[in-house]
Amino acid sequence: MPEATVSQSQEMTFDGEGAGALVRVREVHKVYTRGSERIDVLQGVDLDVPRGDFLALMGPSGSGKTTLLNLLAGLDRPSGGVVEIGGDRIDKMGEGELAKWRSHHVGFVFQLYNLLPTLTAERNVELPLLLTPLSSGERKRHVAAALAVVGLADRGKHYPRQLSGGQEQRVAIARAIVGDPTLLLCDEPTGDLDRKSEEEILDLLQALNRDHGKTIVMVTHNAHAAARARRIVYLNKGQLQSEPIQ
Amino acid sequence: MKFLPLIWSNLRRKRVRTTFTLLSILVAFLMFGYLIAVSNAFDIGVQIAGVDRLVLTHKVSIILPLPFSYMDRIAQVPGVADVAHATWFGGIYQDPKNFFAQIAVDPERYLRLYPEFLIPEDQKKAWFADRTGAICGKYLADRYHWKIGDRIPITAPWLKKDGGTSWEFTLDGIYTGATPTTDTTQFLFHYDYFYESRLRHDATVGWYIIRIAHPDQAPQIAEKIDALFANSDTETKTSTEKAFMQGFAKQVGDIGAIITAILTVVFFIILLVAGNTMMQSVRERITELAVLKTVGFPNGLILTLVLAESVLLAGMGGALGLGLAWLLISRGDPTGGALPIFVMPPWSTALGVVFIIVLGLATGTLPALQAMRLRVVQALRRG
Repeated sequence: MPEATVSQSQEMTFDGEGAGALVRVREVHKVYTRGSERIDVLQGVDLDVPRGDFLALMGPSGSGKTTLLNLLAGLDRPSGGVVEIGGDRIDKMGEGELAKWRSHHVGFVFQLYNLLPTLTAERNVELPLLLTPLSSGERKRHVAAALAVVGLADRGKHYPRQLSGGQEQRVAIARAIVGDPTLLLCDEPTGDLDRKSEEEILDLLQALNRDHGKTIVMVTHNAHAAARARRIVYLNKGQLQSEPIQ
Repeated sequence: MKFLPLIWSNLRRKRVRTTFTLLSILVAFLMFGYLIAVSNAFDIGVQIAGVDRLVLTHKVSIILPLPFSYMDRIAQVPGVADVAHATWFGGIYQDPKNFFAQIAVDPERYLRLYPEFLIPEDQKKAWFADRTGAICGKYLADRYHWKIGDRIPITAPWLKKDGGTSWEFTLDGIYTGATPTTDTTQFLFHYDYFYESRLRHDATVGWYIIRIAHPDQAPQIAEKIDALFANSDTETKTSTEKAFMQGFAKQVGDIGAIITAILTVVFFIILLVAGNTMMQSVRERITELAVLKTVGFPNGLILTLVLAESVLLAGMGGALGLGLAWLLISRGDPTGGALPIFVMPPWSTALGVVFIIVLGLATGTLPALQAMRLRVVQALRRG
């Protein structure tokens, strides 16, 4: 869908409320146009996520959850408003700058894992490290450590097709954390898993938050999954609210 | 280098498709290498022509004879350093298929004009002293397993005084070439023997070879020589040896143009085949490319990776094709004598490498741009 723009809040600053948060979102709008129809996906969203938080973002389909997550990841640009992560105004960055920023600061976990089928688990995990000046040996050590964290130290040589859904998602999480990013963004990370695997992934995310201090924003439909987060916010018709949608 | 496993893994994704594309590129470069060798074989006379040599023939046709008496007059033209004559014999050795050039020459003069024909001194002396003697190039000696001292009978269209057509020669020497491209397929014998033994006793020769002191004066000297015989019964045409060889090769047809046309068509088809493969390959992994971008791969790197994949594919196919061509060509002349100098010229390998890179870049550019311009959010939604 083509994007429309909203001309406001471009020079907004963060004095006062929200100062010190890792993620600060102010008056964020995202507008798409489909033909002559204008769709306001996000309508002035304000959000603070403190460092070390584990936030679940819930809402019905089409409420703008994934759109907001994409904005936080720097994969998409807001039509208006401010997105600041770790002090960086990512809404003002160019495409090249954003790519570099993502490689340093964000780990992204997809619902469908999105592993490269032609690469082994360890080669998949290694991908973000290819953008760093690390030597081959150093990259191998980091990959081994990330796979150990997700409990797949012995599956490095396996291809995605040789792994279960839960294991694939754990490899995807290892890929997301191998570069030690500031922020972990998860888009329905358990949406494609059975109950047992879902529990394993949620345990893992909780451990990453609790034991490794990772700040996590997780989009989910699933109230059970959201309950594992420290905090839940709800997105409804493009606006955030702290109470569940009735 | 650290991206090589990623590039390689993409080529292994659809092995059958990659193999067929690789094979089509292989065939294209096999044809390239082989046809270049064919073209080179036709062109070799032109390439090895001496820059300081002119060739004088009858103005009307190369097959018409020239008076023997022209030699002294040519030698007196200012700028002419040396002159020799040669006459086409046109005989058959055992079988009409055994084609090679037999030329009646004045041995001393002819070898002076062609210093690239290397022959041991003792063999040279033996030949000079033997009226029915002959020498031949190493290629020819190897081809027919001739040894020094062999008697070589050749049937010719020239009737001998005794009414026969069988001419017999003693092989007194075997010459080698100063360079790998020197023509070592000639069979040379005494003009005196030819002149004195044939029934028709006219003092004519086939053509003259003229060495000039200053190659840069070739056009002026050629003009002076031709002017010398203008308006005579036998007018002449003098050209550089290179131009003479070009004219000779073109009698067969413009082989270079034909081969260029074939290769252009082949490469155009390969461009479409390999280009389509790369386009399909990129279309199939839109989501994966979006994931790479999500991870932080910049646009330039995505572009480079797709181009590298395309160049690697072209490189593998091209290298195999050129290698196979080299193997086939190194087995020698496929015609059994018509293309004696059948080699893969070194420049053709360099040109092949350039074509490989150009093919890789040309087939990869569109898909690489498509991959580079990919919008992550849209691509992930599609996936």
